[in-house]
Amino acid sequence: MKVGNPWLNIAIFAIFVVVTMAVVLRASKTNRSAAEMYTAGAAFSGRQNGVAIAGDYLSAASFLGIAGAIALTGYDGFLYSIGFLVAWLVALLLVAEPLRNTGRFTMADVLAFRMQERPVRTAAATSTLVVSFFYLLAQMAGAGGLVALLLGITNRAGQSFVIAGVGLLMIAYVLIGGMKGTTYVQIIKAALLIIGAGLITVWVLGKFGLNFSALLGRGAQKGASLDPGKKYGVSALSKLDFISLSMALVLGTAGLPHILMRFYTVPTAKEARRSVSWAIWLIGLFYLFTLVLGYGAAALVGPERINAAPGKANSAAPLLAYELGGTLLLGVISAVAFATILAVVAGLTITASASFAHDIYASVIHRGRAPEGSEVRVARIAALVVGAVAILGGIVANGQNIAFLVALAFAVAASANLPTILYSLFWKRFNTRGCLWSIYGGLLITITLIFFSPAVSGDRAAMFPHSDWSWFPLANPGLISIPASFLLGYLGTVTSREHLEGKYAEMEVRSLTGAGAVREALEH
Amino acid sequence: MSTHDDGAQVPPSPSESRFVAVQQSSEFQDLRRRYRRWVLPVAAISLLWYFAYVILAAYAKGFMSVKIFGNVNVALIMGLLQFVTTFGVTALYIRFADKVLDPVTARMRDEIEGGV
Repeated sequence: MKVGNPWLNIAIFAIFVVVTMAVVLRASKTNRSAAEMYTAGAAFSGRQNGVAIAGDYLSAASFLGIAGAIALTGYDGFLYSIGFLVAWLVALLLVAEPLRNTGRFTMADVLAFRMQERPVRTAAATSTLVVSFFYLLAQMAGAGGLVALLLGITNRAGQSFVIAGVGLLMIAYVLIGGMKGTTYVQIIKAALLIIGAGLITVWVLGKFGLNFSALLGRGAQKGASLDPGKKYGVSALSKLDFISLSMALVLGTAGLPHILMRFYTVPTAKEARRSVSWAIWLIGLFYLFTLVLGYGAAALVGPERINAAPGKANSAAPLLAYELGGTLLLGVISAVAFATILAVVAGLTITASASFAHDIYASVIHRGRAPEGSEVRVARIAALVVGAVAILGGIVANGQNIAFLVALAFAVAASANLPTILYSLFWKRFNTRGCLWSIYGGLLITITLIFFSPAVSGDRAAMFPHSDWSWFPLANPGLISIPASFLLGYLGTVTSREHLEGKYAEMEVRSLTGAGAVREALEH
Repeated sequence: MSTHDDGAQVPPSPSESRFVAVQQSSEFQDLRRRYRRWVLPVAAISLLWYFAYVILAAYAKGFMSVKIFGNVNVALIMGLLQFVTTFGVTALYIRFADKVLDPVTARMRDEIEGGV
């Protein structure tokens, strides 16, 4: 099946690339120091950063994945939106401001604050890299499906070629623009995405005479159920799996390293608070749109055409755009979807490379005395390596379910990162062993359970559908791995004799008052 | 203000004993109590409300499928209420932090950084 005009799609996307590249080049004049590369000198305002957070968070999984899930299963797809949104309350109430006050560049800054620095930084960097890798894989896998639909490229080699192109473009943004350039790309992308989705929402509602109930009814006739349970309600096991997934979604956000790093791009905790508030409003608004997009795609496009399209569920939103506004709107929406992948991948790459250069290279290997300028150089090389891994991973994972891969990244973040962050900030007794047990234990349990789950083998929809080594019954491990990781953090702490209460006094005072925080890195 | 190797301005770093003294002060204890008394229960209630909703969606299909008006059922209303509570908590927290926390933290920060 062929929809739209590939050349028009490419042209609109090219305009996006040219405009954003111009912005990035302008921003690149100050991209020399580590502070500029990682956090844009902490000089963004809360509102700018809030829009950028929305840009970072509303990934292809949110846009294409959720709209598609609602279109094909109905209400169960909407449950993703709610988990992804409510999760922000954890970030707003418990994490954003203390993190901004106690750290400077990476998640490890906060975790290593009062612990033995090298082992804790190594652990935090490891989990940062693992979470970023899963998340990158999801985005790049999505790029493949999108390419198939929008450019009419159906052979695997051609898709791989385009995935490599997207990866190279992303590396260019990161290397040239650093955090500042990447942030501007995210701001532009978030604006385009929210406006585009809003436009389609109004259009769909207009087709139903602004009668939301009529839209729901028409969608339900086409198989998008209005009641929960179509996907997750089929058995006792699938219900449990759903609870597990919900846990990972709501507790994962505040442990995503690329989201945490965004809190460092503003000068103060107050601005970090403003950022999250803006992000919550924008993200919430967007998820309300996805409800209309999903039922709209079911009602106006129908499951037969969605399932017949390359990319299946992921093509519901682009097909809806085509149905409404023809070739031009499809072109715009596809460019926005590409921009979405590009911006999210760039954010992830900055985070992963910063974590490697700042935590591993400068702090662990050189004990904070790395030669002048070498950290930034290492960060750039790391960005190249991460980019290459993303391209290769994307080519291999092409065709995998995006929402599923993202849910795995959330499960790892919720298990390996969130417990240690919360313990660090709120528990006086917490110490190095607790931190290491929680991070490594959480990582190990999560990945082991995923590997032996029906998501990887032994199921028709698994990564390896033709073999079966699964023994863990749930596709998402959160239900087991998150409590286990909290427990390990507790056990590790109380079995260790290390007491760090004095250092905790400093951390607590800093995290609440912002005293001693790096507030302004550059004179602008 | 001292200057980092990369040009960042870092406030002078007070000693650990100074931080312990601040932590013990009644002003800080009061600030911490007010902060924790607000955020911890609100975060807990928000998560409980979310999980209550999730469990209903998984195990109370009959109840969630009851139509309220037109095609709008309990499940949709409850889902949209999650949006309403998330927005509501965000707005309330911003107001609380701006009005109650910020004046105290600003004063304490000046004291700590000025009094090295």
